[in-house]
Order: sequence, then C-alpha cells, then structure tokens
Amino acid sequence: MSLVPAALATAAGLAAVGAPAGAALPGVARVRASGVCTAGVGVAGCAAGVAALGGQRWAADFPDLMPLAGAYLAVDALAGLFMAVAGAVIAAVAVYGIGYATGHGEHGVSSRAGQALLPLFALTLVLVPAAASVTTFLVLWELMAFTSLLLVWAEHRGRAPVRAAGVWYAVMTHLGLVLLLAGLLLLAARAGGETFAALRAGAAGVSPTVRGWVFVLTAAAFTSKAGAVPLHAWLPRAHPEAPSAVSALMSAAMVNLGVYGVVRVGFDLLGGGPAWWWLTILALGGLSAVYGILQAAMASDLKRLLAYSTCENMGLVLVGVGAAGVFAAYGDEPLAAAALAAGLLHVVNHAAFKALLFCAAGSVLRATGERNLDLLGGLRARMPLTAGLFAVAALGAVALPPGNGFISEWLLLQSLIHGLQVPGVAPAVVLPLAVALVSLSAGLAAAVFVKALGVAFFARPRGPQAAGAKESPPLMLAGMGLLAVLCATLALVPGLLADGLGRAVSAAGLPGDGALRGGVLQVRLDNISSLLAPLWVVAALTVALAVATGLPRLYGHRRRRRDARLWDCGGGAPSPRMAYTAMSFAEPLQRVFDDVLAPEQDVDVTPVRESAYLVERVRFQRRVPDRIEHRLYEPVLGALARAGQAARRLAGGSVHLYLGYGFVVLVVLLLVLAVGW
Amino acid sequence: MSGVGYVAVAGQVAVVAAGGPLLAGWMRQVRARMEGRVGAGVLQPWRDMRKLLRKEPITPVGTGPALRIAPALVVATVAVAAALVPLLSTDTPISDRADLILVVALIALGTLALALAGLDSGTAFGGMGASREMTVAALVEPTILLSVFALSIPAGSTNLPAIVSGTVHDPARLASPAGLLATAALAVAVLAETGRIPVDNPSTHLELTMIHEAMVLEYAGPDLALVELGAQMRLTLLLGLLASLFAPWGIATSASWAALAVALALFTLKVAVLGAVLAAAEVFWAKLRLFRVPELLAGSFLLALLAVIVSYFLSSES
Repeated sequence: MSLVPAALATAAGLAAVGAPAGAALPGVARVRASGVCTAGVGVAGCAAGVAALGGQRWAADFPDLMPLAGAYLAVDALAGLFMAVAGAVIAAVAVYGIGYATGHGEHGVSSRAGQALLPLFALTLVLVPAAASVTTFLVLWELMAFTSLLLVWAEHRGRAPVRAAGVWYAVMTHLGLVLLLAGLLLLAARAGGETFAALRAGAAGVSPTVRGWVFVLTAAAFTSKAGAVPLHAWLPRAHPEAPSAVSALMSAAMVNLGVYGVVRVGFDLLGGGPAWWWLTILALGGLSAVYGILQAAMASDLKRLLAYSTCENMGLVLVGVGAAGVFAAYGDEPLAAAALAAGLLHVVNHAAFKALLFCAAGSVLRATGERNLDLLGGLRARMPLTAGLFAVAALGAVALPPGNGFISEWLLLQSLIHGLQVPGVAPAVVLPLAVALVSLSAGLAAAVFVKALGVAFFARPRGPQAAGAKESPPLMLAGMGLLAVLCATLALVPGLLADGLGRAVSAAGLPGDGALRGGVLQVRLDNISSLLAPLWVVAALTVALAVATGLPRLYGHRRRRRDARLWDCGGGAPSPRMAYTAMSFAEPLQRVFDDVLAPEQDVDVTPVRESAYLVERVRFQRRVPDRIEHRLYEPVLGALARAGQAARRLAGGSVHLYLGYGFVVLVVLLLVLAVGW
Repeated sequence: MSGVGYVAVAGQVAVVAAGGPLLAGWMRQVRARMEGRVGAGVLQPWRDMRKLLRKEPITPVGTGPALRIAPALVVATVAVAAALVPLLSTDTPISDRADLILVVALIALGTLALALAGLDSGTAFGGMGASREMTVAALVEPTILLSVFALSIPAGSTNLPAIVSGTVHDPARLASPAGLLATAALAVAVLAETGRIPVDNPSTHLELTMIHEAMVLEYAGPDLALVELGAQMRLTLLLGLLASLFAPWGIATSASWAALAVALALFTLKVAVLGAVLAAAEVFWAKLRLFRVPELLAGSFLLALLAVIVSYFLSSES
C-alpha cells in the first residue's frame, strides 16, 4: 500500500478525533488534545506530500461521499509540494499553538470553538491540493475559507477591529468563491465533465474566448486569496487580527493555495495560454511585490507589517509563475520550467520564514500585549531566544545570503535575466521592468526587516509593557525552533529539493525534469552557467568572521571589554524616548515615495489663551492609508450604500406592495421565457 | 594550476585588506594637495588603525550582540566578496561560484549589519543613520541589478569571471552604448554604496547631515578600527570591480605567476587612478541634500534600464 492514502487517511482520522476533543474536553486538556491532533494532521500531510514529491501518485473517487457529484481526490507532485509545505508549517505551528493557547483564558483561540476548528482548518489546508474535481475543490476551498474565517473571529471579544477585519475577509473570500464558481463551472460546462481529468482532456477543444474568461475569473479569485493587489484588502486586516498561530497558518499555508490555483488551472487544466494571461499575472505580481513591501515599510504594527510582507512575497512568486507562462507562450519551455521552479521554491521558503515571523510576533504579543513597534524595544535582553529566532526568519525574508529567501530570489532573477533570449518584444520590455521591481522590493524588504528587528527587539524599551516582558514558554520556543531548523535547512542545502520541485513542475505540464540542478553543495538552473553554493558561502563567511574577530584581538594589548556609558556625541545616556521609532525610521522612505503613498498628516496647534504666539499644545498625526483601498474600494462601497439607501424607498412596509412586486416579477419572468426561448 | 589559483584568491583578499587604508590615504592626500594643504601622507590611515587597535575595547551600556558583531561582519562580507570578484585573476578555484548577484548581496549584508548596529545603540543619531542608509541602499538595489542584467547579456551569464574574460577577448563590448550606459549607472551606484560625495560625505563633522558616519558614532577603539577598515575595503573592492568590468586589461586569464604579477601591478594602477579621479571630483562637488539623492539614483536607474533595452535591440539586430 502506498504512503499517500495511508497518510491522508491518518490526517482525516486525527482531525475527526481532534475536532470533538477540542469541543468537549475542559481547560488545558482540550488545548493539548486538539494541538496534538493538529500536529498529527500536519505530520501526516507532510508525509503524504513528501511521498508525492518523491514520485508517488494516487487517485481515488468516493461516489457516495457527496450527493450527485461524488468526491474525487488525486495527488501528484504539484499537489504534493503544497501539501508538504502546509503539513510542515501546521506541525510546527501546532506545537507552538499549544503553548500559545495554554493560559490564554477561556475565550479567544483556546475556547471550545477555536480548538475544535483548528484541526479542521489544518485538514482542509492539506486536502485542498488533493481535490480532483470541481465540486470537491470548491467544497474543500469553502470549508478552508469558512474555518479560517471563524478562527479570525476567535478574539472578537477582546478587540473591536477583529469584527471589521472578519467582515472584510468574509465578503472578499466569498466574492472570490463566486468568481471561482463561475469560472470553473463555465469550464466544466464547455469541457464536458467536472473531474480534473475530464477538464484536462476537454479544455483543448474549448474556444479561446471561453478559455480567456475562465482564466480571468479564476485568476482573480486565486490572486485575491494569494493577497495580490488590487484584491488584497482583506489580507492586511485579517492576518494581524487573527490569533498569532492562525495568522501563521494563513500567511504561510493558506495564501500559497492561491498560487496553487493559478498554476493548477492555468498550466495544468487549461494547458497554458496566450501571453496576455501571463503578462497580466506577471504585472500583478510585480505590483504586489513593490506595493506590499512599501506598505510594510510604512506600517508600525508588527503583524500588519508581516501581513504586507506576505503580499510582497506572493507577488514575487506570481512574478515567477507569470514569467513561466510568458516563456511557455513564446515557446521556450525549459526556461519556463526554470522560472516556475524558482517561484515554487519561493513558496516553500516564504512559508518557512513567514510562519516563524508570525509565531515570534505572537510571542511578543503574548509577552507584552503590544503590537505597536513604537511602544516595543529592548526585547533582545528580555526575550533573547525569541529575538534570535525572529532574526533567523528576518534573514530569510530580506533575501540576502545566507538566508533561505536569497536562494529562491536568486533563481527568480536568473530565470528573468535569461528570459531575454526568448524572442519577442514583450519579454524585452517586460523583463527588465520585472527585474527592477523584484530588486526594488528586495531592497525595501531589507529596510523593512531592519526596522522590525531593530525597533522591536534592539535598543531599550519604550513602554512599560515591553520593559516587563518575559521569555515565552518552552513549547512555543520548541515550535519556533522547528521552523528555524526548517529555514536553516532550506538556506544551506536547497539542492535537496531540486528533484521534487522538478517533478512538481512536470506535473504542471512543463518539462521540469532537471530544471533545477541540485545536490548538497550547490544549486543552479539547467542551461544557465551561474551557480550558487550556499554551504560554501556560509563556510567562507564563518572563516572570514573568525579571522576578522580574532586578528585585532591578537594584536591589541588590552583584550577585556569594558562597559561604558553611551556617548551619543557627548549628549550622554539618552532616554528611550529619544531613540528612533518605526515611524521615524520609515520617514525618509515615505518622503521618497510620497506620490505613491499619499500620506495624510494633520498638525493641530493650540495657543495659550493669553497670547497667540505661545503654544500650549501641538498635536501631530500621520496616517499612511492603503491608497488602492482608498481609491478602488471606497467608491464601490459608497455606491453600494447609496444604492441601498435609494432602494429603501421601494420597501414602503405595505404587504400589498410586496405582493405586487412578486406578481410583477412573475409576469416579467414568464414574458421573458415566452419571448426569449 | 591550483597553486597559482589559491594564491590569486589570497592575493585578492590581501590586496583589498591591505590596500584599503592605503587607497583612503592616497585619496585624502590627493584631495589635500588640490586644496592647497600638505596632507598627512598616504600611510596615515594605517597609523590611525594601529592607534585604534591598541585602545581598550568598549561596550556601551544597554547595547547587545548586534553592535559587537557588526564591524567584524562588515569586514568578513567584503573579504568574501573580494575573494570572489576577479580583481587579479579570472581563473581561480572558486571562479565558478563568483556570481555578481551574490557579490552585490554580500555587500548589502554588511550594510544591513551596520544599520542594525546603529539601531541597537538606541541613540537618535544611530537610528537616523540606519534609516537613511537603508533608504539609500533600497534605492540603489534596482540600479545595481539592472546594470548586472545589462552586463550579463553579452556574456550570457551573471558569472563574473565569464563576464570579465569575455570582455578581455572582445573589447568591442565596452564601446557599445549598452556598455557605456551600464558603466555610468554602476558608477553612480558605487558612489552611493560607498557613501562618497555627492550622496554622503565621509569626512563630515555635522551629525545632522551624516548617513554612514551617524550609524557608527558609538564605536571606539578596535571596533572603530574594523568599521573604518570595512568602509575602506569596500571602496577598494567596488572601485576594483568597476575596473575589472570596464577596463579588464591585465587581469590574469590563465594560471601563471607572471600574469598574476602583471595583474597586481595593473590593479594597483587602475584603482589608484580611479581613486584620484574620485578624490579630484570630490573637491569640486558638493554633497546633495538628502532628499535630492533619490533623484540622482532615479537617473542612474534610468541609465541602467536604457542599457538593458539598448543591448537587447542591438543584439537582436546583429
């Protein structure tokens, strides 16, 4: 018996045990039972995914499971990749979550509902990639959205913004579902079957216009799930307001499925398409990358910053996916496979470091009750392990060696740079811009994570909560430690993933075998002469660091370090209020990108009563609103509200009027049917 | 062969480490003479470093490991980058992994470490410097990578030895519009990365206008020596990189002792000339206002973009 069905059955069984246990057991026992079951779902899902990446395939149908349609499951390497990523993240975050929810009170994530939903959400994350028919996919997709929505709402008693964030998420994820439903049903109707196998076979015969519509509808839904602009507005609201363990799962596992959807539908089911599809995806990705990281640079809320960084990283992945599509459309399939492999590797890397970042942010939140960077600071001395783990993840996020993000961004840049050999004017114009956007986002990401790490953890505390912070309990540290090991492994020996990624790319219909050449020591793309040797870089840096530290000590006469007061240009021992805050750190960037960000600021000067020239109080306020939201969503919401107001006049309260409406509608409907058909 | 190769790598690191302070002294001397002063002599930075290294190491109260590790990390990243960049020879045992993007990223890692150290000090000046340095670094990144893109088109690779040896064998690449535009763009980026006028003034004494110097105000003694050495090595490395990319003549493309000696002599000459030109230019230029710097960088970004597009259309015609 192959491993995949056994592992998936285990995962389903554990979720079936964990959910009632979470709902029924009291107190700490429920947190532990549900957490252990969730971790088990993660391990089983990861095992199934790794087996699929190793080349196992499995398909099954359960005609009696769902009425009318039946449930179809199939696991190939592409599904396996996303299952393995989700599973690994779930397993580590569940361990963290036990520590996080213990002692969290009766409400919020440790409530009965929260603990019952956690294993179910984990299971849907693992199963969505395994769906192999339109109905199965949509049911699992909606279950995933629904369970995560309830989990986002878990802490609604504590903070008012949680409700609004949940409503935004609910509306946008269901609009996405409507688009998805329309797109996939259109395809199923024209292709003559609703299983993915039938769609694959029938999609070639569908007219190009219909294929275009299917792609546009599904891509809008999937990129919204991935947090790409302009349909990203739910992400920076819902991710910060969810309990931190849930934020980690959403940001590291759920958003990936948006990318999975684009790849599955675009490459696999529709079998690729014209260049404009993929140029659109590439443009969306590039814009999301830069816009997301710019908003992250402006954010003072630690979790909001991380959420916008998710927009950025998913944008980078979409750049890879879009470039792959463009190359395939212009006929260079090996390069397309390379670009897709780079994008998928970034999915894996992003999941590892972003889960760790959200968990560390959760630890900070738990220890201080504070997410505002301006009020944190000095946590390095009080929470040294959390600070170290955050630093490991931040190194991955800034895309510099020896972090894991650097590997995938390097591969992405290599595939974009070599894309110029593809004939055609569109690549010649688009690729340099894409390289510029990717590198600008990488540069800004460095500033963002210097800000996050430096302002939150370094210097001295700027608030009483930060001053009284305590290190997290061992289980939380253990969960984060697992994620840090994952980050380090991905950074040092990414070559081990090469074969699996190749199979995943092949499953998407591109010649993926050997697209990514790997091994323990190095990683490179097929047909491209540059290579990267991460272990060598780390070894060289370590040796150089040892020499640079050791030589001056050998030469110097006095070797013992002496503590001394901060100099500060003779000002001496500044108070913590004089240290730079997140807002002041971001000020130069905000000035540079003034035209894009359109910040709103407000200075309110109150003079003393006796004289207009003596100032009693100055109030200064600055907000950097999400400009896309401002320009795109508010007019739509305003129009909806106005339409609602106008429609109120139709509802006069008289029963006769309502009966009349029913009659008129019936008559019109009958007329339409009589004339039209 | 391998013996010469290893010596070449060690020589590149040594020449950058030992030559960094000398280049700084040389540039200060050129500047002093042009301004009508006598100058302290080319060896002054070495004497300063000896003095600083003999002082007692100081840890400011309330700072953490980031402040202590950053100086050594800056020197280490530049040293590894110096081992990779073909300053003396394109035929070394590690030439296959000498990727231009990796070199750029290593240098950025040093910048990032110093910025974190600036924030770690918890002073207003430290944060100010870190904030400005990261802003400039973020804006320089697209220019550098687009220049890399333009340079990699004729060689078909971002591997530095491949680019350099390709130019040695086909010098016509340099005279092409793409090559010239990329040179100009990269030169501006190098000025910004090394904190020279017009982006930053390395000899400023006014804290409010500082970028790089504001981050390192809390360093003293041996730590300060390493910070200064790191900055000097970085300038040497980046000028050497410019020289290797745009005037690669004399770099050893085969493993022979004679070629290596010639390469060393020519490298010294090229970097000395570039340093003198930069120092002379600094006498006549003023530092830009901080918020005018993005305009300069946007200009260099456009040059780099033009370089890529021009090289694409020219290569497709031929």
